Amino acid sequence: MPDISKRMEWVAHLEAIRDSQDQEAFAELFRHFAPRVKAFLVRSGSTHEFAEECTQDVMATLWRKAHMFDGTKASVSTWVFTIARNRKIDLIRKDRRPEPEDLLWGPDEEPSASEVLASQQEAEQLAVAMAKLPEKQRKLIEKAYFGELSHSEIAAETGLPLGTIKSRIRLALDRLRHAMT
Amino acid sequence: MKMTAMPKITHHLTDPLLMAYAAGTLPEAFNIVVATHVSLCDECRARLHSFDAVGGALIDTAEAMDLSVGSLEATLRAIAGKPPEPRAVRRATGLFPAPLQEYVGGDIDSVVWRRVGGGVSQAVLATRGEATVRLLRIPGGVAVPDHGHRGTELTMVLQGAFRDETDRFAAGDVEVADEAMVHQPVAEEGEDCICLAATDAPLRFNAFLPRVAQTIMRI
Repeated sequence: MPDISKRMEWVAHLEAIRDSQDQEAFAELFRHFAPRVKAFLVRSGSTHEFAEECTQDVMATLWRKAHMFDGTKASVSTWVFTIARNRKIDLIRKDRRPEPEDLLWGPDEEPSASEVLASQQEAEQLAVAMAKLPEKQRKLIEKAYFGELSHSEIAAETGLPLGTIKSRIRLALDRLRHAMT
Repeated sequence: MKMTAMPKITHHLTDPLLMAYAAGTLPEAFNIVVATHVSLCDECRARLHSFDAVGGALIDTAEAMDLSVGSLEATLRAIAGKPPEPRAVRRATGLFPAPLQEYVGGDIDSVVWRRVGGGVSQAVLATRGEATVRLLRIPGGVAVPDHGHRGTELTMVLQGAFRDETDRFAAGDVEVADEAMVHQPVAEEGEDCICLAATDAPLRFNAFLPRVAQTIMRI
């Protein structure tokens, strides 16, 4: 399980890609994430060959969209997950998943380092908490994310500790709305 | 405009729907309703981000599967000389949020309405899969036929309001109805009620006349 210093390093890598097209930072992220993205795609029903092709595509998207990453809202793992999910829907399921519209960006300032840290710590706590869930519950969550459960088969009570993540993001959105008025 | 006048939303999406949307397993018709509601609802946006984080945690704990030799080099070649794209903001102005405008091909003025009887009009949006989604325009005071469901029905209000046996639903609200619910939504007096309604099974009407309407409305 990646610890907090690893997670902060990944954030710095993405910033280096965004600000100076740092290929070494990209290679670091590739070495960690590409094998996991491939496993995710295979588990979601893709062949090995196709998963490999999609994985390269996912990692190239990470490079291309580095500007869109916001470390106060998501961990790098979460961001990689959303890109992999979107490619899975486009390329493997041949379906469409429209995205919500973007919020207006706040006054053009770098996100505060303490908020990025808080967000990365929450990601770590969530991964730890999920590893501690009873086996049966964890399997159900995996099945939901790997496409083996429909929305009506997903339990209303998942046992996932999402309260702190949700509240902090909610506060950040409130602040953003307030700044825009 | 929309930014400062966020509707006060009291009826939200359920956790299973947000989780399935985060997982990417909802039918396209439902995705449109979720994306439209989340565009207007910060509460559901925050919950959605937390379900995305669950996906991130699954990547964290995933086994690693080796890639073939040369994979990194191939990707480096693919990105070589291509600087990351500048940040773009996708937002729409008007009544419909961006994801809905993309399906309609514009805002409310671009909708091609078809009358379905009783003053009600609809416009079915083109989607793949079994589930369907349509815009409904219901004049104030008019009832949508009493109906039950075989599957799940999502109804989001975009303008005006409706009431049914359970509650009142106003702009931004979404009603999630399952098989057990038989309801009769009635548009409030005043401006037309415009809704976005998705269902993953044909509706089941409870009276003879609405069954005729059902064939005409193709629902």
